[in-house]
Amino acid sequence: MTAVKLPSDAEAAVATPEFEAAAIRQESRRGFLLAMPSYAYLVLFFAVPLVIVVVYSFATRNRFGGTDLSGWNLASYARLSEPIVRDILFRSLWLALLTTLICLVIAYPFAYYLATRTPVVRNLMLVFVMIPFWTNFLVRNYAWRVILGNDGPFTDVTEAIGLGERELLFSKTAVVLGLVYSFLPFMILPLYAAIERIDKRLLEASRDLYASGLQSFRKVLLPLSMPGVIAGSILVFVPSLGAYVTPDILGGSKTTLLGSYIVTQFLTARNWPFGAALSFVLMAVMLTTTVVYFRKGGRTL
Amino acid sequence: MSRLLNKTANKTAGSAVEPHGWTKGVLQANGWLVYAFFYAPILLLVIFSFSDSRNVGVWGGFTLDWYEGFVDSQQTQAALWNSVKIATVSTGISVVLGTMSALALERFKFRGKQVFDALLYLPIIIPDVTMAVMMLLFFAEFFDVLNAVFGTELRKGFSSIALSHIAFSISFVSVVVRARLAGMSSHLEEAALDLYATRWQAFRFVTFPQILPGILGGALLAMTISLDDVVITQFVTGPGWTTLPVYVFGLIRRGVTPLINAVSVVMLMASMTLVALSLLVERVRNVGTNQRRGF
Repeated sequence: MTAVKLPSDAEAAVATPEFEAAAIRQESRRGFLLAMPSYAYLVLFFAVPLVIVVVYSFATRNRFGGTDLSGWNLASYARLSEPIVRDILFRSLWLALLTTLICLVIAYPFAYYLATRTPVVRNLMLVFVMIPFWTNFLVRNYAWRVILGNDGPFTDVTEAIGLGERELLFSKTAVVLGLVYSFLPFMILPLYAAIERIDKRLLEASRDLYASGLQSFRKVLLPLSMPGVIAGSILVFVPSLGAYVTPDILGGSKTTLLGSYIVTQFLTARNWPFGAALSFVLMAVMLTTTVVYFRKGGRTL
Repeated sequence: MSRLLNKTANKTAGSAVEPHGWTKGVLQANGWLVYAFFYAPILLLVIFSFSDSRNVGVWGGFTLDWYEGFVDSQQTQAALWNSVKIATVSTGISVVLGTMSALALERFKFRGKQVFDALLYLPIIIPDVTMAVMMLLFFAEFFDVLNAVFGTELRKGFSSIALSHIAFSISFVSVVVRARLAGMSSHLEEAALDLYATRWQAFRFVTFPQILPGILGGALLAMTISLDDVVITQFVTGPGWTTLPVYVFGLIRRGVTPLINAVSVVMLMASMTLVALSLLVERVRNVGTNQRRGF
């Protein structure tokens, strides 16, 4: 504790360098002991599993669906360039990017509106954004299955408008809809936090200096809220890329995405090395985006 | 004088920053649409769970049959209890471990701190599927080794799921508790120590009461995530052992039935209760901060 750095008068009288060094050592030991149980736990149940995934990604699948760990090779990574796999990778990237963009377009004006409300209204509005954020993920996706399903409310609406019976379920559109629905709060919250922090007088000043609304948005508001834009985009993009539940429920078997493809490798195809290589790719994307974010000066996600 | 100017500047600033004209209209409409988008599906799901029709999305008069089905179904009841057991055990353990790590990181300097900090962050940002793969391979390779080393007789199912949930819950608890600790000065703890309190007494009577809302908030978050998890649980579970979300996910894949509507609404209610509790904790937390400011 910082008590060491700020000794009371009585202590200061006897505080020799040795005394201080001993005290610091003791503090360091105390801190280490406190962290020790979680540290050990995370090394055993997180770091070791992480290493195993990497090891597996270089292994070979044998004829019985098992894995030979002896002969190391890059065969699983070489498969990434196969047309089928490439299609899935690009489709996942594209849908995750699309989801992120849609979330951004919806969430930005929303976050700005939120930031300009009075504190009471703002808190109330925030609570109602937080509730879906806390609500069961599976159930929220299932709700869309019910709405988009056969003779469900969605077809009722399209028929009423005169578009006829439209099928949206088991399409890419349905998957993007589900992803946007699932991750929109992840975009709203960091954007709100970033916009709320901006000194509103800067926007004022730009308008006073004859900037148009659009100019003041492009030159002042947007650059200042960039940390929120990046944080929100990462928080939406990464889970969208690895999504498994949403494409499975709303996309059916036709729209395979990276997340579902990885799961298939383990639960049905039994090609663990290839599945491990795919998970490693996903993890690499996640790590790169996060590192870029921290480099750009963002602090907390 | 300059403060006065600032004040008036702030007041007038509201008028230009405050959206007006068509911008305001668009922003307002967008706001209402976002809320409609968030809540309409949930509301429709609740309505259809009372519908007397074999088709999940069609209204056929009011009935409670599906809820009766939920209560009567032994499988769903067993899965529900499994979920509660897992959530309780994993939350209980991760609250203790997460709070300890938060204290260590926020109040102490020690060797390996940065590595520990990074290690603690990873489970939060890693995609579900990757973590699921990690745990699957780990238990496939090492479950027998673990049992041999620790002399335990753990089997895949309860233990593997609980161990995996603890691995990510520690991080969530620690983040929430750390946020609380960071907003709190250590002066009171130091004062207690100066007044000859032991370390334990200073923690028990000074630090702990102050961070309690953070601990509760972290616990609720950990519990929510544990109760929500499908992917990791599905990967590490053993034969014949399932939790409610995994069971429901399996049902959905085989084809939707009104029973799923009812089960979903029960899960929805569980989430809502946890949200309500966490909001309550948040309030207590704010009251705590105000008192501190007054102090």
